[in-house]
Amino acid sequence: MELSMAVAKNFGGAFDLRTDFTVTGEQVGVFGVSGSGKSTLVGLLAGLIEPDHGEIVLDGDCLFSSGRGINVPPQERRVAIVFQDSCLFPHLSVESNLLFGYRRCPTRHRQIDVKALVSVLKLDGLLDRGVNRLSGGEKQRVALGRAILSNPRLLLMDESLSALDDALKLQIIHYLKRASEKFRIPYLFISHSLLEIRLLTDQVLTMGGGRVLGQTTPEQLARERMGQSQVGYINLLQVEKLRKMGGLYVYRWGMEELFVSAGDDGPMAVFELSSRDIILFTRHPEAVSARNLLKCTVMDTFPSGNKVGVELRCGHETLIAEVVVQAADDLAIQARHEVYAVIKASSFRRLS
Amino acid sequence: MPVLSSPDIDAIVLSLKVALTATLLSLPFGFLYAYLMTFFKFRAKVLLEVLVNLPLTLPPVVMGYLLLVALGKNGPLAPLLEPLGVRLIFTWKAAVLASALVGFPLLVRSIRLAMESIDGRLVQAARTLGAGSVDTLLTVILPLSRTGIVAGSSLMFARSMGEFGATIIVAGNIPGITRTIPLAIYDYAGSPGGEQAALLLCAVAVALSVLVLLVHESLTRKLTRRQ
Repeated sequence: MELSMAVAKNFGGAFDLRTDFTVTGEQVGVFGVSGSGKSTLVGLLAGLIEPDHGEIVLDGDCLFSSGRGINVPPQERRVAIVFQDSCLFPHLSVESNLLFGYRRCPTRHRQIDVKALVSVLKLDGLLDRGVNRLSGGEKQRVALGRAILSNPRLLLMDESLSALDDALKLQIIHYLKRASEKFRIPYLFISHSLLEIRLLTDQVLTMGGGRVLGQTTPEQLARERMGQSQVGYINLLQVEKLRKMGGLYVYRWGMEELFVSAGDDGPMAVFELSSRDIILFTRHPEAVSARNLLKCTVMDTFPSGNKVGVELRCGHETLIAEVVVQAADDLAIQARHEVYAVIKASSFRRLS
Repeated sequence: MPVLSSPDIDAIVLSLKVALTATLLSLPFGFLYAYLMTFFKFRAKVLLEVLVNLPLTLPPVVMGYLLLVALGKNGPLAPLLEPLGVRLIFTWKAAVLASALVGFPLLVRSIRLAMESIDGRLVQAARTLGAGSVDTLLTVILPLSRTGIVAGSSLMFARSMGEFGATIIVAGNIPGITRTIPLAIYDYAGSPGGEQAALLLCAVAVALSVLVLLVHESLTRKLTRRQ
């Protein structure tokens, strides 16, 4: 997918949006706080809002051009949206909702098999139901299916996960990734959640005040935001359960063993660990109450606000810790130095 | 036990015929008008709004008189109707027209309420899923306005059954041709010894109104449950 948008839209002085970017990729994020213009961007791209002037080109096709007098109507753009609160048609069954776009898609564009999609999204048992008798997660799965079945060339996920709790969020993320890869549909994932952006995209446009501020990778964005964020940098640790010991769970993380209090009996899990919950020692601390002591190598350091981020390598895994500037100076933390990372068992937060 | 006379039955049948025709004729226009007013912005909106709602506040007699002037032999609409051989004044069709004009704002009001309660993003979703505006109107907006359409139609039907002022001027009060229930009651009330017959027709009017309201209520409930 290659998208370029050089457009301006003014909402009577209250808000104005100006963009000029080109982005290429299959899983692109748009990150920004509410009011930064993300939803306006979605509306402009889908044809629901008409720009004052400018040009929108998707995969070589011009969707809008004020200069050439082109404005492709939304129904012909093949750009489908999944909204925050599913927006299913309340007067139709799940099946009719799913087929709404499919039936209207010209035969030459119909590449997705309905049965295959229904099974990928696990919608088999729901088809005859009315949409008001679905749970939040089911609704969003149907909305995703409905959008994909319209055979779009681009899927817009407009804060599609924001209304869901963590467990459902991960479930939908899993479905979205599978469906997008299986049916080769690129998506633009719009969110104010850095976590969602990191889990779902490989590059990201940052927005603020109606402008696209930059284009970067989710990892880079997370590091830049570490200093100003309330929660620091969130490390995502994919782990495998080994055993239970006393009140603690023992997980394998790469080549290390981790002691975690908030574990459960699932064989696999993803844990969040804030960069703020990692304490660094330059020498082996003889006795600490924290249950996890990892020997790591400093790979890199980077400034972020008044903090210094420290990229650590433990075995094959990477961990980001943060220290204040003075601490970094005192400890003389530099690349290739060895340090000990100390983490309390209660600092891990379960995601799934 | 009082019984309905043959002219009374004629009046009842005529009332039902006029009210039903007026409602059915107005429905497509009412729906389109509500759609225009809910989903579009245009310059003459306020003016159109005032014109359509005028019959709500205007005395029906004034409506009737203006219709009479407009449709009359030398009226502004005469050159339009005459070549077609259409004569409206003092026929039951004039009663339909009068009822339609007076009941239209009630019909539109309910449909608009229903349309305004439709989440705008449902319409947007339909558009991005490949439905054009007419397609969206028929497959999303129309079914989601059902409650309003039913409610508005029944209100308009009931209002048409009771139309008096405009009808008597533009359609007259001709027994068997344009004399509806209200006109018949008016006749009985003015003639000595007509109390019994007048009361009987009143009872019929009350019964019909109650019936319409009951149907309206049960349909609305059914639709809200489905939605």
